[in-house]
Amino acid sequence: MLKKRIIPCLDVKNGRVVKGINFVDLKDAGDPVEQAKIYSDGGADEICFLDITASNENRDTIYDVVERTSKNCFVPLTVGGGVRSIEDINKLLNCGADKVSINTAAVQNSKVVEESSKKFGSQCIVVAIDAKKNGENWEIFTHGGRNPTGIDAIHFANKMEESGAGELLVTSMDKDGTQSGYDIDLMKKISSNVNIPVIASGGVGTLDHLAEGISAGASAVLAASIFHYGTYSVQEAKQYLASKDIPVRI
Amino acid sequence: MNVTIVDYNSGNISSVINSFEEVAKDKVNIEVTSDLNKIKSSDKVVLPGQGSFKSCVDALNKIDGLVDILSEFAINNKKPLLGICVGLQMFADIGYEETETKGLGWVSGKVSKIDNQNGKFKLPHIGWNQINIVKDSKIFKDIENNSHMYFVHSYEFIPNDKSVISGTTDYSSNIVCSVEKDNIFGTQFHPEKSDKTGLKIIDNFINL
Repeated sequence: MLKKRIIPCLDVKNGRVVKGINFVDLKDAGDPVEQAKIYSDGGADEICFLDITASNENRDTIYDVVERTSKNCFVPLTVGGGVRSIEDINKLLNCGADKVSINTAAVQNSKVVEESSKKFGSQCIVVAIDAKKNGENWEIFTHGGRNPTGIDAIHFANKMEESGAGELLVTSMDKDGTQSGYDIDLMKKISSNVNIPVIASGGVGTLDHLAEGISAGASAVLAASIFHYGTYSVQEAKQYLASKDIPVRI
Repeated sequence: MNVTIVDYNSGNISSVINSFEEVAKDKVNIEVTSDLNKIKSSDKVVLPGQGSFKSCVDALNKIDGLVDILSEFAINNKKPLLGICVGLQMFADIGYEETETKGLGWVSGKVSKIDNQNGKFKLPHIGWNQINIVKDSKIFKDIENNSHMYFVHSYEFIPNDKSVISGTTDYSSNIVCSVEKDNIFGTQFHPEKSDKTGLKIIDNFINL
């Protein structure tokens, strides 16, 4: 049986992990490579890097991080943040990323998704959807959640599936950072409307939130803080899900 | 010993290279090339493949003489070859992704879209699934039955001769996830992304 995936996400800025961390035996708390390795050794099903480097001159730092990580971690690695073009995708894949997540560029020009999934295969194209509740619907935002677009999230999700996305990474902006759980209605709506896997993101504070995301139809659950601050380990998360009869790789 | 990973512009092969280098360390030389002479003289060949069946077959055919050299290596000289993902799928006679495309015809069969049972199962089949080892395969040495492997695919290989099947996995139906026919090996899953168990399979192949 296919297992539900747990994906720890690390925010990386200028080649360093942004938030502090409490892992013991960590030589360099800011090194994404070392942290990714700890996650993969601890049973993470995939690793996700979100590059939040703002300035263009430091953009290249992520390539080095990806290259070193892929030589040390042998589970799938997804990299997102600032991916604008086919060339960016190509560079990340060549450095050893297994999947690339595209946000703003996918909204501005769905051809990027179409062309990249043709060129590299759907399996490595993840479209990241940042959505915010607006009345009965959800509106998608770009540029790290700063710019409203007026585009309906469900409609956009369908369009991305048609364009060739292999997976959707759905983040609720209302919930992100609140530790109050995923936006369950949003996850349910999107995952029941598309036939590709959905990764739930934004708002995890407890292990039960992970279970709720899976029950809402997500194929994988992504979380940053709870793993990052050492509140729970990936292994604890998996054991909890297993105790709720959710199939996980242990 | 030389192990060659065939570089024929079939998409992203960095992970395959990294994993083989990790396992090989300094004991085995890993070449990444499309050079016909190097492939011919190597001891083992790895045929990766990402993207569609058609795009991979087209990419193979684009390199003059490559298909002939690979056939000579695997079929005539019977040297060990491992196909990964679409690399395995291309063993078939025919594939139906994008459009009907002729495969290498090394292991008789076809490659068709996984039946998602009217949307009940999401495609691609992405993630960790357990393998059911149905026959002794040299690349499964010391691999426990029901081990987890990482999969990403929407199409499945359906061989005509079921005796080549060495492993299956359970998704919408029983999907062939590995084959062994004499010196030809293939995995639908990605050993290079399947953590320690995956690396063990790579080690088994290198040590054949």
